[in-house]
Formats: sequence, structure tokens, C-alpha cells
Amino acid sequence: MIANLPEIYMTQTKAGPDIAAGRLPDDAYAENFGDLHPLLDPHEAAVEADRCYFCYDAPCMQACPTSIDIPQFIRQIATGNPTGSAKTIFSQNILGGMCARVCPTETLCEQVCVREVAEGKPVKIGQLQRYATDHYMAENDTTPFQRGAPTGKKVAVVGAGPAGLSCAHRLAVHGHEVTLFDAREKAGGLNEYGIASYKSVDDFAAREAEFILSIGGIELKTGMRLGDDLDLDRLRTEYDAVFLGIGLGGVNALGVPGEDKEGALDAVDYIADLRQAKDLSRLPVGRRVVVIGGGMTAVDIAVQTRLLGAEDVTIAYRRGQDRMNASEYEQHLAQTNGVKILTWAQPRTLVGENGALSAIELERTQEQDGSLAGTGEIITLPADMVFKAVGQKLVQTGLEEKLTLERGRIVVGPDRKTSLDDVWAGGDCVLDGEDLTVAAVEDGKIAAESINASLSA
Amino acid sequence: MADLRTEFIGIKSPNPFWLASAPPTDKEYNVVRAFKAGWGGVVWKTLGEDPAVVNVNGPRYGAIHGKDRQLIGLNNIELITDRPLEVNLREIKQVKRDWPDRALVVSLMVPCEEENWINILRKVEDTGADGVELNFGCPHGMSERGMGSAVGQVPEYIEMVTRWVKQHSRMPCIVKLTPNITDVRKPAQAAKAGGADAVSLINTINSIMGVDLDVMSPSPVIDGKGAHGGYCGPAVKPIALNMVGEIARDPATYGLPISAIGGITTWRDAAEFMALGAGTAQVCTAAMTYGFRIVEDMITGLSDWMDEKGYTSVDQFVGRAVPNMSDWQYLNLNYIAKAKINQDLCIECGRCHIACEDTSHQAITNMVDGQRKFEVIDEECVGCNLCVNVCPVENCITMEAMAPGSIDPRTKKVVEKDYANWTTHPNNPMAVREAAE
Ligand SMILES: Cc1cc2nc3c(=O)[nH]c(=O)nc-3n(C[C@H](O)[C@H](O)[C@H](O)COP(=O)(O)OP(=O)(O)OC[C@H]3O[C@@H](n4cnc5c(N)ncnc54)[C@H](O)[C@@H]3O)c2cc1C
Ligand SMILES: Cc1cc2nc3c(=O)[nH]c(=O)nc-3n(C[C@H](O)[C@H](O)[C@H](O)COP(=O)(O)O)c2cc1C
Ligand code: SF4
Ligand code: SF4
Ligand code: SF4
Repeated sequence: MIANLPEIYMTQTKAGPDIAAGRLPDDAYAENFGDLHPLLDPHEAAVEADRCYFCYDAPCMQACPTSIDIPQFIRQIATGNPTGSAKTIFSQNILGGMCARVCPTETLCEQVCVREVAEGKPVKIGQLQRYATDHYMAENDTTPFQRGAPTGKKVAVVGAGPAGLSCAHRLAVHGHEVTLFDAREKAGGLNEYGIASYKSVDDFAAREAEFILSIGGIELKTGMRLGDDLDLDRLRTEYDAVFLGIGLGGVNALGVPGEDKEGALDAVDYIADLRQAKDLSRLPVGRRVVVIGGGMTAVDIAVQTRLLGAEDVTIAYRRGQDRMNASEYEQHLAQTNGVKILTWAQPRTLVGENGALSAIELERTQEQDGSLAGTGEIITLPADMVFKAVGQKLVQTGLEEKLTLERGRIVVGPDRKTSLDDVWAGGDCVLDGEDLTVAAVEDGKIAAESINASLSA
Repeated sequence: MADLRTEFIGIKSPNPFWLASAPPTDKEYNVVRAFKAGWGGVVWKTLGEDPAVVNVNGPRYGAIHGKDRQLIGLNNIELITDRPLEVNLREIKQVKRDWPDRALVVSLMVPCEEENWINILRKVEDTGADGVELNFGCPHGMSERGMGSAVGQVPEYIEMVTRWVKQHSRMPCIVKLTPNITDVRKPAQAAKAGGADAVSLINTINSIMGVDLDVMSPSPVIDGKGAHGGYCGPAVKPIALNMVGEIARDPATYGLPISAIGGITTWRDAAEFMALGAGTAQVCTAAMTYGFRIVEDMITGLSDWMDEKGYTSVDQFVGRAVPNMSDWQYLNLNYIAKAKINQDLCIECGRCHIACEDTSHQAITNMVDGQRKFEVIDEECVGCNLCVNVCPVENCITMEAMAPGSIDPRTKKVVEKDYANWTTHPNNPMAVREAAE
């Protein structure tokens, strides 16, 4: 936390915004955006697997949203059967490869590992999961599952993110014919367009999507947007069931003056550009960057702009650091990458001339009787870019007229069925969604089982 | 600092740590390095007759590893020395002259003819070596030629050869025993009958380390085939301890000096063997794993432990555990222990529960009042110690003896204070009954 602001924040050094590409030497990009945790080698994996106690009714397994049999898959690594290990993982979570990379394990399985509780050193479940799944995907072209005998039933899955992919795969296992629609050009959802690049290198999201689709019986149709190219009522008549896994397409606004200025950007959009950039040295980035927010997205944009060469990157969060949604590990990652975290400050105005941004005015906040209030004290941070990372929202495309929504998200039951009898939904777009890849995968899986049950009834 | 000096069958050494007859003692170069490192003595790599044997030119060793490549067990198919006899003898003489304070024993293996033994003994005597060790243990290669364990498995041969050696030489004689027999007391008795001054044990155990599932051959694979070898290292220590203890407490061999061998890796291993009656501790695999420097820790470790316990010389604790090595039938059946879990140390892995639940006595909970909790059910616990052994946290589960007079919740019987064993137990059909009955 920054107690006393350095003087540079108080002085305006330059008139126009300093936004430029190629801030770093050419070879620095590959290094900066390399794998955060490189793949364990076989010896490391054996040693790490041996640390697992093969717990009875293992707490780690209960903490995994997809209930992967963790002691079992780790034991299979230890006994020299990484292929079997991967099958154990995929049977519960077909996106086990991506989850191994992006799950905040420190707040899921590894948080409750008995060795975390006992000695603060959990078994590296995520890295072992990656070891097994990478091994499998390197050795095999297709998933370990067979497409079930055709049932003649057709299901439309809208959204090819983790929720949609997981649902589509499980439906194919049950023999249903799946059409997987996505508005974007590529499948994968935020795996492809959102996850921090150092968590998923070498085009992993695309390779995983291809791996999942290899089961057969899933037709992918990209460039098809529900609301424009697709209509829910039409889908309901043409298909026996519909699953919606459309995520949260919109970004919440800050609601302060100056938000329309050039240089005031949506974090998620910028990350999507970054993830799709062929040459990172050509992606313009500000010299001084301020990020508004306190979650995983805020950390991701802050770290990645730093890695692109931004000199000064500050996350401004309106409450204390302990209230940030980003895990302690993520906060630490930001700080070790030179990101400053400014707490108890909320945006007031984005300042600049001729539509260009030059600074952001923040107001100090404090908690009064449990609610947040501005103190009136204003801090001005010079900024060439300000990123909004204050949460995303459902782009409603007329859904609210057909489905029950609450707080802007689709309401579903425990079986992920919506208020319509033939429409299911899961992932970020549903109410109480956890905004985690792994939770989206579980939603897709549960919905597929429920769809299967209802189609075979 | 405690006095580690040892006198074993008249052979003096500055400490009880000797290198066993094996590659570490194969030649002058190694032995001099060992003495410089501080080893108290060596048993020179077994000598045979010329022409020398030949070894395989592929892998001689195989091993069992822990996950972090910790060497747990080693296996070898090496033979006795493959160097000319004269070279060995010359080097032995030189080393003994240069290192008079260290023990230098020469291991021997020649065919079972009196002439052959007379011959080699004369040559060894010339070197000034402190004694001889008769290798009746090598389980591979040599045994196929009627030597090594082929002799060690026939007590009559042991006695015969030992007698020749004692008859034709003034040197102290140690007989090295093979563990590849059913009752180690028999060869030890034979050695004693033949006049041996001491026995040493164990030599290596017949073993196949694994099967290469690609080649479909025992491993290590030599051009498509494998052969059994001799097993040694930390894994064999429990077997060696038992054999040493059996000889130490056998009335027929009681008091016969023993040089212990088998898996000795640390000062504590050595102390345990000595407590069970061994006068010196011989080491092979540990030195082959880490090099000679391990003796430094062996020396300081043993000495520090002795200081702590108030022993000033090694003979004060040698053999001290022998009277407590008993037979099952004499164990106190009135001693009743229950496992107890220290909830502050328990990390709730559940291993104790599942081990007891699946394979023992269903005496550990996994839930208490709807909470994950592992507690011993005294009504079911038979005190078997399995949970203690599988618990990953040291000292988390302990075995607590029940006080005499209290009631065992399992049997609902009073815990008797008097000792009683199987020999008098009512369920024993062969029980010794009171005269009155
Ligand atoms: C920057 C960022 C970083 C993140 N980092 C992590 C992380 O490290 N770990 C983690 O566990 N989670 C992370 N998350 C959250 C995680 O990415 C999501 O929870 C997860 O992707 C949700 O999956 P989903 O399938 O519900 O939605 P999405 O991944 O958003 O996929 C929705 C798909 O639906 C498509 N779509 C949307 N609207 C329509 C429409 N109208 N018609 C057709 N198709 C449509 C989209 O193109 C997209 O492909 C992060 C999120 C963000 C934004
Ligand atoms: C490679 C190798 C060669 C051996 N050669 C001999 C030998 O020539 N003569 C002998 O008496 N014992 C020989 N042994 C047996 C050792 O002296 C010793 O009895 C056995 O290894 C057990 O001790 P350890 O567990 O400390 O290794 C050999 C052992 C090994 C590993
Ligand atoms: S909690 Fe930790 S030690 Fe126990 S099974 Fe899970 S990973 Fe293994
Ligand atoms: S230990 Fe020495 S002799 Fe043996 S294989 Fe290795 S290098 Fe060769
Ligand atoms: S094995 Fe040990 S640590 Fe694990 S639950 Fe039992 S007592 Fe606790």
C-alpha cells in the first residue's frame, strides 16, 4: 500500500498523452509474456506427487468446483501413469488443461490441502494437473471419450467459452448432436480473449478447444450472435434444448465525467487485443497507467501493461487491500511486477484537453458505519491511459423479455435450468456465477447431464 | 568426548567404523583415501587365486529409489577382486605399514581344498595384515563355482574351512555369513565350532531388482538378459539386525564377537547394531552412495550420543539390548496400549482412519458431530500401531499404555498389573498349567 504518494504524482510533467508501442527491446516481449509457471519435468512431478498424502475423503477434492479426484490423479502421476492421471482429470473436467493454468488454486484446492494447513506448503495440485493433461494432449489428438451412439436429439449451445465447451462435450458423450454458436471469430471465450497471456501461452486456448471438439458430433458456428444472427425462440423450435453460456459481454462504466476520453479504455477489450496481437511490440501502451478496480481483471491489465513497458502502473481500489477480489497471490504477483496498489481511492474525473487524457482525479474514501464515503480529499495522478476493470455485465440482447433475470444475470436452478423448460444456462452469465473458468466448466457439465436426463426421459 | 577406540578379537582401531569388503576397499588408492577420511578399519576386497576372475562389462548395479532418487536398496553382481593376487598383497603390505593404527583385515575366498587355503594364508600372513575374513557369503557367480554362499549354506563346510584356517594361521579369523539361509544360527554355530574368533554378517541377499517391461528381462539388463544379484543398503538393515540379534542371544554362540554389516548408513544404525551385540560396524553401500566423508558424521554422531547418555567407551553399550530381544511367547500379554491422536498436531488427512477402517479394527472415526475429525474409539482399538505407522505427522499418534487397575473398554476387563505371557495363557493348548490344575 502506498502511504505517502511520491512527488511525481503531484506534478504534471508532460502536456499530451504518452502512448507508444515498442517501449521495450525486441527480445523482452517473449521473455515477459512467457509461461508464469513452466511445466514440471518428470522428476519434479514425481517428487511433488510423492508429497501428496492420498487423503481419505480429501479436502482438496471437495474444494474443486468440478470435484476432480485429486488424490487419485496425483497417485497416478506418482506411479508413472500420467495418461491415466489425465483421464481421471478429464472425466470430471474436460478443460482440466486450462483450469490447471488459470485456477486460483490458492483459494480453491490448494487452500485446503492438508499440507497447506499444516505447513503452508500445499501440494502443487495445479501444476501436477498441468503435467498430466499436457502429457496427454501431447501424446493424443483426441479426448479420451467416445461420442455416444446418436440419440437423434439436437442441442444448441450458445457461447463457446468454458461453459459452452464443457456442456457441448458432455452432450456429445451422451450422443446428442450439438451445434455450438459463438459471436466471436474463435472458440474459447475468455480463455482465448481474456485470460492473462502468461497463464496460457502457445495458443493453448485454441489447442484445447480443438481437442475438445475432436470428440465429434459438435458443429462449431462462429460469427453467430444471439440477438443478431440467432433468435432464442427460433433456436427453441429448431433444437430439442438450448444452453446459454454467453458470459458477460459488457463492461461496467465508471460513471464519472471524462469517461469518453481517448485513453480511457475497457480492460477486457484491451486484453482481448493483447491476446490476439501477433506482435506485442506493436501494441501501444501508456507510459503512466491507472487501473480502476480490485479484481483479477484489474491485476491482469496492470501486470500486462507493465510487461508491455508502461513505466508507472497503479491500481486504484476504493476499499482496503484485504477487500480486493484478487487473491493475495494475485496481489503479490502485481506488486512483484512493480505495480503500485493505491487503496481507499475512487475515481472522480478523467482530466485532459481536446478529448485526450492527461490525468485522473481520485477522491480519498473511508468506511463510515459500514458504507463507503468520499472524504473530499482529491489526489491527481497523471495518466496516459486509464483502464476500467470494475466488473462486467450481461449484454441482454432481449433476453430479459424471455427469461427471468435478477441483478442483470440469468436465474437458474441447481440443475442449471432457466425459467424456460428447454433452456439451460451456465457460466458467468448466470446469477451467483463465481466468475471462474472452473465454475463455468462445472455449470456446463451439470447442465449437460440435466439436458441429457430430460432428453432421454 | 567419548572414547571410540575399539578392540575387536585383538584387532585395534580408532573407531568401530570399518569399510566392508567391497569396491570401497578394492585397492590401495581407495583404502588410503578411506583412512585419510577417518575410517577405523577396512576389510580388503575379497582375494582369490590367480588367474583373477573377470567381471561383466555392463551394469553391475541396480537400485531401488525413493521418489527423490534417495537410494533405498542396491543390488550387485560384482565378483571378488579382479586384480592379480600379487598386486593386492603388495598393496596390503604397504598400506598396513603406512597406517599401523588402523584395522586391516583381508577377505578371502578360495576353493574348498586344504592346500589352497594353506597357500593363500601364508601369503596374507606375510603382509602383516591384522586378520582374515572368510567370505562364505557372495551369492552370485562365485557360488556357482562352489565358493561363497555355496559354502556358507552348508554348516559342515564352514566348520571344516574355518578349522583349516585356524590350524594353519596365527591370524584372528572372522567368518562372514550369508543371509541366504533359513536359520542363521546354524552357520554361526558351525563357525564357532571350527574355531572362528568372530562372525560378520550379513553379506548380500539374493535379489532381482526389477523387470524391464519393455525388454521383458530382469534388470539391470545386460544384452537382453539379467541375473540375480546381491541386495544391500538401507533396505536390508532390519533383516541384518534380526540376524545379528539372533546370534548374539543364541546360548550356543553367546559371547562370540560379531562384526555387523547390512544397511549401516548413520551413526544411529551402527549404535543399534552394537546395542544388539556387534563390536564393530562395517559399511559398504552408504560409502558407495555418498563417498568416504560420511564417516565424519558417524564419528561425531556416535560420540555426541555417547556423551549425552554418559557412556565413555563403546563396550559400555555393546550388547545392552540383547537381553531385551525376546520371543513372541514371552511378551507381556497384560500390557495394554491404546492409540491416542493429538488433535493439535493432526492435519486431518484421514490416513489413520482409512487404514484402520479398511484393513484393521474400525477404531478411528472420520466424523464427530458432523465435523471431519479423527478420533480413536477405545472400545475397538487393539493397540496394533498401524495408525502410528501410516500417519504422516511424527508423534501425532502415540501409543498410550493403560494403567493397571483400569478397565480396557474393548474387553471390559481390568488391566492386570502382573506380567503374563502366552506360555501360561488359557487359550494356549500347550500352556504350562499350575500343578494344582
Ligand atoms: C481479464 C480476465 C481474466 C480472468 N482471469 C481468470 C483466471 O485467471 N482464472 C479464472 O478461473 N477465471 C478468470 N477469469 C474469469 C473467467 O474467464 C470466466 O469466469 C470464464 O471464462 C466464464 O466462462 P463462460 O463460458 O461463462 O464465459 P466466457 O468465457 O465469457 O465465454 C462466453 C462466450 O460466449 C460468446 N458470446 C457472448 N455473447 C454472445 C451472444 N450474444 N451470442 C453468441 N455468443 C456470445 C462470447 O464470444 C464467448 O466466446 C477472468 C476473466 C477476465 C475478464
Ligand atoms: C559391489 C559390491 C561388491 C561386494 N563384494 C564383496 C566381496 O568381494 N566380498 C565380500 O565379503 N562382500 C562383498 N560385498 C558385500 C558387502 O561387503 C556387504 O556385506 C554388503 O554390501 C552389506 O552391507 P551394506 O548394506 O553396508 O552394503 C559386496 C557388496 C557390493 C555392493
Ligand atoms: S489435500 Fe493435499 S495431500 Fe491431501 S489428497 Fe489433496 S493434494 Fe494430496
Ligand atoms: S561410476 Fe564410474 S565406472 Fe561406473 S559407470 Fe559411472 S563413470 Fe563409469
Ligand atoms: S493420520 Fe495422523 S494426521 Fe492424518 S488424520 Fe490420522 S492422526 Fe491426523
